[in-house]
Amino acid sequence: MSHLLAPIFEPGFFDSTTVQTAVLVGAVVALVAAAVGVFTVMRGQSFAGEALGDIGTTGGSGAFLIGVGPLWGFVAISVVAAAAMEMIGVQRARGRDLATGIVLSAALGLAALFLNLDATYHDTTGATVTILFGSMFAIASSTVPVMVLLSLIVLAIVAVLYRPLLLSSVSGELAAARGIPVRLVGALYLLALALSVALAAMTIGTILSTALLIGPAATALRLTKRPGAAMLVAGLIGVGATWLGIVLAYDSYDWPPIHRGWPVSFFVVTIIFGLYLLAGVPELWRTRRRRPAAHLSGETLTAGGR
Amino acid sequence: MTGDVPPGDVPPGDVPTGDVPTGDVPTGDVPTGDAHSGAREEILSVEGVSVRLSGREVLNEVNFRVGAGEFTGLIGSNGAGKTTLFRVILGLQATTAGRVQVAGRPRSRRNPLIGYVPQKFLLDPDMPLRARDLVGLGLDGPRFGIARPSRARRELIDEMLAAVDAGGFADARVGNLSGGEQQRVLIAHALIGRPKLLLLDEPLANLDLPSGQEVVALLARIASEQGIAVLISAHEMNPLLPVMERIVYLVGGRAASGTTEEVVRTDVLSELYGRQVEVLHIHGRVLVVAGPGDDPESAHGHEGPLIAVEIVQ
Repeated sequence: MSHLLAPIFEPGFFDSTTVQTAVLVGAVVALVAAAVGVFTVMRGQSFAGEALGDIGTTGGSGAFLIGVGPLWGFVAISVVAAAAMEMIGVQRARGRDLATGIVLSAALGLAALFLNLDATYHDTTGATVTILFGSMFAIASSTVPVMVLLSLIVLAIVAVLYRPLLLSSVSGELAAARGIPVRLVGALYLLALALSVALAAMTIGTILSTALLIGPAATALRLTKRPGAAMLVAGLIGVGATWLGIVLAYDSYDWPPIHRGWPVSFFVVTIIFGLYLLAGVPELWRTRRRRPAAHLSGETLTAGGR
Repeated sequence: MTGDVPPGDVPPGDVPTGDVPTGDVPTGDVPTGDAHSGAREEILSVEGVSVRLSGREVLNEVNFRVGAGEFTGLIGSNGAGKTTLFRVILGLQATTAGRVQVAGRPRSRRNPLIGYVPQKFLLDPDMPLRARDLVGLGLDGPRFGIARPSRARRELIDEMLAAVDAGGFADARVGNLSGGEQQRVLIAHALIGRPKLLLLDEPLANLDLPSGQEVVALLARIASEQGIAVLISAHEMNPLLPVMERIVYLVGGRAASGTTEEVVRTDVLSELYGRQVEVLHIHGRVLVVAGPGDDPESAHGHEGPLIAVEIVQ
């Protein structure tokens, strides 16, 4: 068996603790991102997710500056940023993009400063790249328990709030009429989003973290018609893409041109994007076949009927 | 908004705690012929309700009552206060004066006796939500955790979908359904909690005439067969005339209520509009038009005396 898989798994793959950490953390984070991501896509808050990820750059570079692990920087900054968005008005449809944009630009201004200071006072070869694009092979094994704990917290929030969150995501009005405190539920969801983005920043970097959050969820939404099933499919896609990315990145140490390995994040994001495009094929096929009758199926919308 | 209410476990059918005993029927001064017909159990009573929003009087001394199984139309143009009135009944909007009682108890948020269908509900086609999922959320949406599938739950959902003739698309994505189909699924969503009062905010606004008629017929059937009071808002009364037992006519936050014969009259509506209007019956339809001549508002501009038939309703 092992000799059959030899071309795929390079020697030493399964023995490396770095790989073991990456495989474990990558899977946990992908599952969290899938559960939260389905709600992110349903609620149309992808921009907020992207912004919280980007803002992680500020936390990561700040953490590097004061010499603590990047995870703490990611978590601290995204929770603070989420709170700021909430206060500015991320939950009002019109205030949403505004709140996100204002907080995003303010935080990235700080990131410019921190990255500059990092470069001035430290030997930062690779630190900036690690923050921006992540490195699953650079995760210290000491941070693994914390990451697993944070993951469990996020999954608990999503599981406990599942039904009220689902109803508020479908229609805030419907939820409010049933007595659901829509704003509170939305704020707790935003906290879960901030934490999961911070976790994803550890594995594939701040500016790519949305890919893990949105990509598998958006793909799953094309393939399933039930929210729970969408989360399962998104989880499978996320874990699969992460693991495949780890294998390919490990293999790529033997690849030209540099023989120093290609980044894991590149593989993960590319696989996710490829799957998203593939998932669109059945729909494309259906609409092409249906096209001749398309003009008949459009529903007539008339007002009131006077 | 009261953000301190947790999304807790209220089992359907749980009656909200209120300190007012049932059967306490208050006597409010009701403006137009609201001598309530029959001895129907009173499900909703709105007494002297006023709402002021940023300095504007949105509702002004509104009075009306709805009895069990009664089909009532809440008629008014855009901005007349219909949605605000619904929000008051649902306990989502504070009042500056007046009192609202639902089944003899003060209104409350999370009232399982009220089912609600909001205005302009159109779901994206890519929302991963089947019709039966939406109906299921009507049963236990406010509860914590994930719904445990059970045979009883599934059968109840199927029963509700069948009751609104939506069994055929129970497993379709809600976002892929037509406006009329989505409307029926929403009605099932509202009905599954076994409410005594069903509120529908402009359910006909985005429907073509046949779909609208289907929805109205369905609602009339629910009202008469299940004894659920239906309060439906619309900017146009004609689609509701065949089934509407009572009418609440809103103009600029003021209301007249009673049977259609009592309310849709030249004298009553003229007083409500504060200017001369005329109620015309043409081919079984009702038109409310601006009255001749003496209307100061139409005196300006190009409107000549003979062609100035402004259709108010």
